[in-house]
Formats: sequence, structure tokens, C-alpha cells
Amino acid sequence: MSNYEVHVIIENKPGISDPEGETILNDLVLKGNEKDIAKIKTGKMLKFSVSAKDKNSAKSRVEKICDELRIYNPMVSKVTINVIEL
Amino acid sequence: MKVGVIVFPGSNCDRDMFHVLSDVFHFDAQYFWHEKSLPKNIDAVVLPGGFSYGDRLRAGVIAAHSPIIKDVRKLAEKGIPILGVCNGFQILVESGLLPGVLLKNESLNFMCEWTNLSVENNKTPFTKKFKLNQKIPIPIANGEGRYFVDDETLKELKKKNQIVFRYTDKVNGSLNQIAGVCNDDGNVVGMMPHPERAVEKEINPIDHKPSSLIFESLISSLGVKK
Repeated sequence: MSNYEVHVIIENKPGISDPEGETILNDLVLKGNEKDIAKIKTGKMLKFSVSAKDKNSAKSRVEKICDELRIYNPMVSKVTINVIEL
Repeated sequence: MKVGVIVFPGSNCDRDMFHVLSDVFHFDAQYFWHEKSLPKNIDAVVLPGGFSYGDRLRAGVIAAHSPIIKDVRKLAEKGIPILGVCNGFQILVESGLLPGVLLKNESLNFMCEWTNLSVENNKTPFTKKFKLNQKIPIPIANGEGRYFVDDETLKELKKKNQIVFRYTDKVNGSLNQIAGVCNDDGNVVGMMPHPERAVEKEINPIDHKPSSLIFESLISSLGVKK
């Protein structure tokens, strides 16, 4: 068994407004003369510390937990899962 | 008429709801802690507002896994009237008992203000005493109240007459100004505004009678004469 850190990034699907990201862009970043920034999206990241036999099983275990417990809402959220071996 | 008021850790409108049910409308209201079960002979269930589990992860999602939700689901399938208000609505959508999701308000603000609703479906156990399109002055108090569904689900909701209440004005960015919906059978209703804060004339500066019809509809649905 090895130890992994599984990162679950939850953000709104494209097309669903993200007023927090828009505010950070319009009222903070663009006001600082950073004109090349087109978009900012906010999200939430959960880090799971997992021991598993390999990277794939660490990932699928976390995927299963996220689906079953509705860690993200499938109607509005896009989820990205990355695994880092510790 | 036994009406259960479910109490989650962080519920804070449970007492207001209990007071209105028992003192204003003379139901036999009873509290049920979320780890307990619900009796089979209960006539209706209310999930009150508040901040269950401090809105952690997402409003309503943790409470949606409470043991009592299994019983709520069984009662919902049996056709028992179930009302979710504010956080109760969020819990019902997160448990899959109602369609959709409540996102952060467009303004990102916690909004506490009077709104106007229009009744879009007067066939549910909580709206049968209303005229269609009747207006209800009623307060909201939430940070995550922006109703959203995908296009396909919205079509379904319209087709099956599942939109129960709409705001008459743009309030928080809710899709189609939706303020409340019901399930396919119509016995499970969720709404963001707070009827328990609007049914007494002492605390309603506009008109307490329309909101009262929500509870009077329930009385009439349960077949009890006043």
C-alpha cells in the first residue's frame, strides 16, 4: 500500500454563472490593470489522503465516495480529480 | 393531525414553524431529531429553515444523509405532504426528493427581505386554497437561494406543472424566477421564502392572509374541518 493525496476540484459547469469569479475578475484583477486576464473561475478543492495499492485505485475510491455522497452536485458541478503520490 | 418538524443540527426556524403549526393553525406538531425515525401514522412533515451543519460543503447536502431522510423518502412515496422551507428546501433537493439545486445568490449576499410570490400550481397540498397566480407577500432569508436546473429538467418541470411559486420580480438570479417546486406527484413541496414568518399580522406589515393559505391548504388536504 502506498499513500496518495487525491485532489478533488469542484467548479460550476460551463454556462452556469460564477458570480464570485466574476467579481474577483471585474472588481479586483481588471482594476489592477491586468487587461490580459479573460476569466476567473472559483471552485472548491478537497484533498483526500488515501492509502491504496496504486494510483488508479486511489482515484476510483475517491470518485466513488464523491458520487455516492454527492460531494459535488452533478446538475451544476464539474469535477476534476488528480492524484499525487506521496 | 400530527405534523412532524424535523430538527437538524443547525436548524433555526424549527421553533417558529412549531409555533405557527401548533399555536396558529392548531396542528399536533412534534419535533423529531434527525437521528430518530418518524412514526408511520404521521400526517405531514416539515423540514424547517436554518443552517444545518453550518452549510458546510454545500447547503443541505450533509443533512440530506441524515438517518431520518430515509423515513421522509418512504412517506413521500406514500403521498404524505412534505414541505421544505429554505434550508429544508435545500435538503430536499440535495436528497433527490425534489429536482434542481440552490446556488449562491447572484449578488453573493445573504438576502433578508420581503418578496412577492405568484402561485403557479394550486394543486399541491400546500397550495390548493390559492387562486392561480395569486400573490403572496413573504420574506426570504438565504445566501444560497438561486434555483437552477438544466434545460431538459426545466422542460419537464413546466410540462408536469412542478413550478409551484415564482418571484414576481428578479430577486436573486433564480432560473425563471422560480421560488418553489414540487415533485412529480405534487406532495413534496420546497420553497425558499418563509411562510412561518408571514402568517401573523403582528409580524407581517403587508398582508398575512395569503401566506396563511399555505397552512390552510394543508388543513384542507388532510380533510379536517376548521
